[in-house]
Amino acid sequence: MSKQSATASNNVANAKGRIEVSHFGLNYDSIDGPVEAVTDAGIVVEPGEFVSIIGPSGCGKSTLLNAVAGFLKPTHGTVLVDDEPIDGPSADRGMVFQQYSLFPWKTARENVEFGLKMKGMERNRRESAARTLLGLAGLLAFENQYPDRLSGGMKQRVGIVRALATGPKVLLLDEPFGALDAQTRIIMQQILTNMWQRLKISVLFVTHDIDEAIFLSDRVYCMTARPGTIKAEITIPLPRPRQQSMMMSSEFLALRRGLMSLISEESLKAMGGEVNADALQGLAIDTHGHTLSEII
Amino acid sequence: MKHAVLMRSVQASVPQAAEILPAAAASEVPVPAGPKPVPSPRPSLRRHLAAKCRRWAALHHAEIRSYVIGAISLALFLLAWHLLTTYRVSFHVRFTNVPTPAEVFRSFARATHSGTLLHHVVLSCRRIALGFVIAAVVAVPLGLVMGRFRFARDIIFPVSEVLRPIPAIAWVPMSIMLWPSNEESIVFITFVGSFFPILLNTLHGMANVDPVLVRASQCLGAREFSIFREVYFPASLPSIFTGLTVGMGVAWVSLIAAEMISGQFGIGYFTWEAYSLVQYSDIALGMICIGVLGLGSSAIIRGIGRVVMPWKRNP
Repeated sequence: MSKQSATASNNVANAKGRIEVSHFGLNYDSIDGPVEAVTDAGIVVEPGEFVSIIGPSGCGKSTLLNAVAGFLKPTHGTVLVDDEPIDGPSADRGMVFQQYSLFPWKTARENVEFGLKMKGMERNRRESAARTLLGLAGLLAFENQYPDRLSGGMKQRVGIVRALATGPKVLLLDEPFGALDAQTRIIMQQILTNMWQRLKISVLFVTHDIDEAIFLSDRVYCMTARPGTIKAEITIPLPRPRQQSMMMSSEFLALRRGLMSLISEESLKAMGGEVNADALQGLAIDTHGHTLSEII
Repeated sequence: MKHAVLMRSVQASVPQAAEILPAAAASEVPVPAGPKPVPSPRPSLRRHLAAKCRRWAALHHAEIRSYVIGAISLALFLLAWHLLTTYRVSFHVRFTNVPTPAEVFRSFARATHSGTLLHHVVLSCRRIALGFVIAAVVAVPLGLVMGRFRFARDIIFPVSEVLRPIPAIAWVPMSIMLWPSNEESIVFITFVGSFFPILLNTLHGMANVDPVLVRASQCLGAREFSIFREVYFPASLPSIFTGLTVGMGVAWVSLIAAEMISGQFGIGYFTWEAYSLVQYSDIALGMICIGVLGLGSSAIIRGIGRVVMPWKRNP
């Protein structure tokens, strides 16, 4: 076993990675006074658990994730990781962003090395650690490429191993596969699942994709439209390892139907009341054979 | 070959590596080509080279085309100059006293032979180097600090905004009063000219740093100084180099103006003196020298930029 794997398993031994968010509320200040983005939200991620948050766009799911990352301070409530309140971002909580956010001026390997460099690890050791991780992600041949030479899927794999390099207790992902095409996304989901099972770290995953949430998670939290709060918590009892074919199973489809109805209600609310059932059915106007511009 | 060896060792130490990557590993790792048959001697080698050249030409078709067109356009410019001056065209604009290209070339040969031209050029280059380097050394860190700390920006920005619109030439009288020697005042004017473009572009670069990259670095354990060194600075480099290129252009404009007004020696002085001494071919020679020096100095900056920012592909 390489040195990196040894340190990783040490980290797993002493780290727990339990996330507990309770009565979480976050207000933004605006000229009309404070605006509630999230109100009274509570979630728990047990050590080693894979938990997703889904909800309509603008519901504050990313806000919640950013609070766990330490970028935002809660207005109300507490955010605890292993019973310690969060004080700013740290390498204990790895984060993967939707826009990849690789450093364009660093090669794939230098990107992966970054966290280790910040920890003060010497060059040779962090280089070999980064190579091991890139090898796991199938990117060793691309270690010296700058990000703009990599495809979206490759960039995000670099993003994931970069976040894992420092041996975090918790991995936070903010719609990481949102910009990828459907095929790449499925491969990425399998890669992420495999890495998670191997490293046994806690994962908090934000997405608006219901299939993705079910396929990946042990549990799914469903959020309401703004001000966001937790509307439902669904346990996903599907056995692991999960295969892509499982997405056609009746169990999967039943979960999907349930979540879909929870979400679509909130999505309509999030779009601001103007969209009603008639709008979804098509324009409910009788034009008597005239074009729309003639009658308006 | 090195990669292949490394890949194998990684896969050996981690048995499940293949399982993590069902399809991706197979499709994205290029398969190293097997040993090629040794080419038989001369004729096929020549054919191989010829084919390579053809392929290179096909790949760089657009670039070759622009070089050829550029050369033709320069030749046409010279031809027009030659015709206008040889036939002494006078159609409101008077070419009667303008030297022909051949005369300019003769005076170039004379001036290089006696060494006077080189002396002027070296002096101007030294002034540019001093003024520009001091400007870069002051303006880049100042811009970085102003971009990072709002307080610094709030203090310095109003002053710099008032001083910025003043053209460097307008600084000449003040500069002569300020500095004990002529040389220092010319360097100062060059400094003033290049300072503001560099400062503003550095600020612009700092303002456009992607905040997500800053957050990504924080999540990886970066603290204030590391964020500055590893994120803000490299992210601003492209803008800084834009500023340096613009600053270099303005530095030459300012230098030539200063040399014409208050100089002894220098290529600007040479050009102006040629007019006073009615040596018309030297005027054109001085102008061409300025043009070539300006071109050369921005090429140097572009070259440095390419070395410093290897991640930026050539535009």
